[in-house]
Amino acid sequence: MNIFVILKQTFDTEEKIVVHGGEISEDGVKFIINPYDEYAIEEAIRLKELHGGQVTVVSVGPPRAAEALRTALAMGADEAVLIADGRIPADEYSLSVVLAAYLSKVSADVVLGGNFSVDQGSGQVAVRLARLLALPHVSSITKLDIADGKAQVLRDAEGDAETIEAALPALFTAQQGLNEPRYPSLPGIMKAKKKPFQQLGLNELGLSEADIAPRTERVSLSLPPQRKAGRILHGELKDQAAELVSLLRTEAKVI
Amino acid sequence: MSKHYVVIAEVRGGQLRQVSLEAIEAAQLAANEGDTVSSLLLGHNLSEQASQLSRYVPGQVHVLDHPDLEHYLAERYCSAILPVLESLEPYTIVLGHTAMGRDLAPMLAAHFRAGQISDVTAIHRNCSELLFTRPIYAGKAFEQKRFIEGPQIITVRPNNISLAAETGASAELIQHAYSAPADLKTIINDVITKTSGRVDLAEAQIVVSGGRGVKSAEGFKPLEQLAEVLGGAVGASRGACDAGYCDYALQIGQTGKVVTPQVYIACGISGAIQHLAGMSQSRIIIAINKDPEAPIFKIADYGIVGDLFEVVPLLTEQFRKALT
Repeated sequence: MNIFVILKQTFDTEEKIVVHGGEISEDGVKFIINPYDEYAIEEAIRLKELHGGQVTVVSVGPPRAAEALRTALAMGADEAVLIADGRIPADEYSLSVVLAAYLSKVSADVVLGGNFSVDQGSGQVAVRLARLLALPHVSSITKLDIADGKAQVLRDAEGDAETIEAALPALFTAQQGLNEPRYPSLPGIMKAKKKPFQQLGLNELGLSEADIAPRTERVSLSLPPQRKAGRILHGELKDQAAELVSLLRTEAKVI
Repeated sequence: MSKHYVVIAEVRGGQLRQVSLEAIEAAQLAANEGDTVSSLLLGHNLSEQASQLSRYVPGQVHVLDHPDLEHYLAERYCSAILPVLESLEPYTIVLGHTAMGRDLAPMLAAHFRAGQISDVTAIHRNCSELLFTRPIYAGKAFEQKRFIEGPQIITVRPNNISLAAETGASAELIQHAYSAPADLKTIINDVITKTSGRVDLAEAQIVVSGGRGVKSAEGFKPLEQLAEVLGGAVGASRGACDAGYCDYALQIGQTGKVVTPQVYIACGISGAIQHLAGMSQSRIIIAINKDPEAPIFKIADYGIVGDLFEVVPLLTEQFRKALT
């Protein structure tokens, strides 16, 4: 089974956001594999362990994203592809066209990605990619079983569980609960250093800047207003409960 | 030149979703004078919901009503929608940022080679240009985006844009024929509605949320009772989900859902940065925690230091008295 995982490197979810000179500062930030993409990698490795085959991890991003791909190799992926080119805009249309240019040249049985990224959070790229590749897709899956060229999946739809069958090749996006991602083992980390690692740019993919012209752009950034600590109530718990209800009614006017 | 805005409305559990009315408002905010705002509704047995929708839509209401469309399935919905959209030639398509909208919008965006701005919380006009505000890093920051060129697709986050007002008239209803696509690659076999009869977490006006301090699945009972009295929804922190106290569908945070209710009641939640990202845009935050040093108190409007198993039932009792 030929499995491809698209992944993104993101800020650790415990990082605070600092805006410096109109940009989000990356100073001293710890980077991780986007948590939802990590489920996708784990699922791909499990599929390979069950059915045999090969797992290739692919990322579009700056050179630092190589570290996330190496982590995926250390978890058990076989090959990595980093598409790094300063001309690729941070627009979901552009990103999906870049990934489609790469994936249309390979023959994938299964493509996996995260449900969304914890940084931009727009949840577009994987689904756009499925459409560009003319692959069926199921997003936000919490279970994946493959047999006889078909996938049986559970899709989380705002808490409802849908059982869906999809003919392969197909694309799936991972939701929390799909699996428990493994940590890279020490031998895994050693082996990862010898695994194939390809770096590509627009030229190698046969794309021009016009092919990936962005459809949207960021105009400005802002931080949410700081919340101030409010009031800690005092007294008997029963009286505090009564006071809170009365404050919500008279002061906050929300009930 | 006048442009056509099409809002893809949604029915869940037999009800027209509130976010669909917010999406209509978003379309009207974005539209210029002379533009048309229409809506498209898909599902089965839609007569009531379609006539409800028609009271809010200034243009026409297009309806695709067929047993095959009872449940959302990406491939089926997309193939049903595309012929209608191609005939309407919309400049902008607006959807709710829901399970359906999140999935359907990027498919349409790829099909039309369109830009998409997801999860929009506000729309502003700067001179003649439209700016769309959306959270990034789950709300730790916000970005303002614009479309460079059309066509445009927008998804709006529930609970942020106000509801469209009734137009005072009834929009024309136009039924479209649905023909089952040949050669479907996906089939939906079963739907287990775990959340039926409950308030949807993303759209809830009041959220009662539990953390590790809830200690067990059983420990969520008092929180559920409080949510019920308030007509709200129950949520949870990653700690509570990882510990197996509740389903991941309830998780609020940078991984999980971002909620912006009127009132957020955090019970036994310490307030890790990744959790705060998912709820700190709530209007009023109430924290209940045994530990007076818990970081959650630094962002809470009101705090009660105490055991949630004592405090929550007392609150339920007080709210019950106050609300009846």
